[in-house]
Amino acid sequence: MTTRRDLILGAGSAALALAAGAAEATPEEAAAAVAKFTGGKPTTPGKITIDLPEIAENGNTVPLAITVASPMTADDHVTDILVVAQANPLPRLATFHLGPMAGRAEVATRIRLAATENVVVVAKTSKGEVLLAQRPVKVTIGGCGG
Amino acid sequence: MIEKPRIKLPSEAKKGDVIEIKTLIAHEMETGLRKDKDGKLIPRKIINKFTCEFAGKPVFSADLEPGIAANPYLAFTVRVEESGTFRFAWFDDDGTVTTADAAIKVT
Repeated sequence: MTTRRDLILGAGSAALALAAGAAEATPEEAAAAVAKFTGGKPTTPGKITIDLPEIAENGNTVPLAITVASPMTADDHVTDILVVAQANPLPRLATFHLGPMAGRAEVATRIRLAATENVVVVAKTSKGEVLLAQRPVKVTIGGCGG
Repeated sequence: MIEKPRIKLPSEAKKGDVIEIKTLIAHEMETGLRKDKDGKLIPRKIINKFTCEFAGKPVFSADLEPGIAANPYLAFTVRVEESGTFRFAWFDDDGTVTTADAAIKVT
């Protein structure tokens, strides 16, 4: 017997399957985007706080806030921040350019996520450090294509 | 077609304060990956770059990709040392540049 609940569940998993299909898994491309940004330099984990929902019901608009612990002085400040979503069809999401005038290394925007995936944030500082952090987000309905 | 962008920042601040600026522009951020009902790809049309200058000096900029949500929202901080005007600019794939100004009084 097909209950209404079965139908709803079925529709849900079909939507998930679609989202997974659209999100050609591209961890290599994501890694390539990071490598291009870092210039192959080794990355140090930490100093970056990524504020993202644990579960994003709608992948079309997911609030993202990034804070990098940095004094933001003339000789020690964050210069660039790259945001990559590992399973998006186009993994690179944005690159932010900052300077000591920023006062604090804080940026916020809203991103699209195709599927449940890791969001990777890489920050470069004026001292040549390359920092990296990542956070997983569960996505209920993907936000790319379809 | 483009509506006036929305910008939120304090109108006054003390010298040395770090203020937050929030910006939003109405834009569909068409990814170039979606298909219309005939199965043809809808061409990409996004805001690909945002810049903020203060008194002609660059303060903050962002290179945006299709993975940024529609109606791109950007928030960032600036340490203000003197009164002046911020100039914001949004660069569309089609070559359109939308600009807006906001003044701040620093005491």
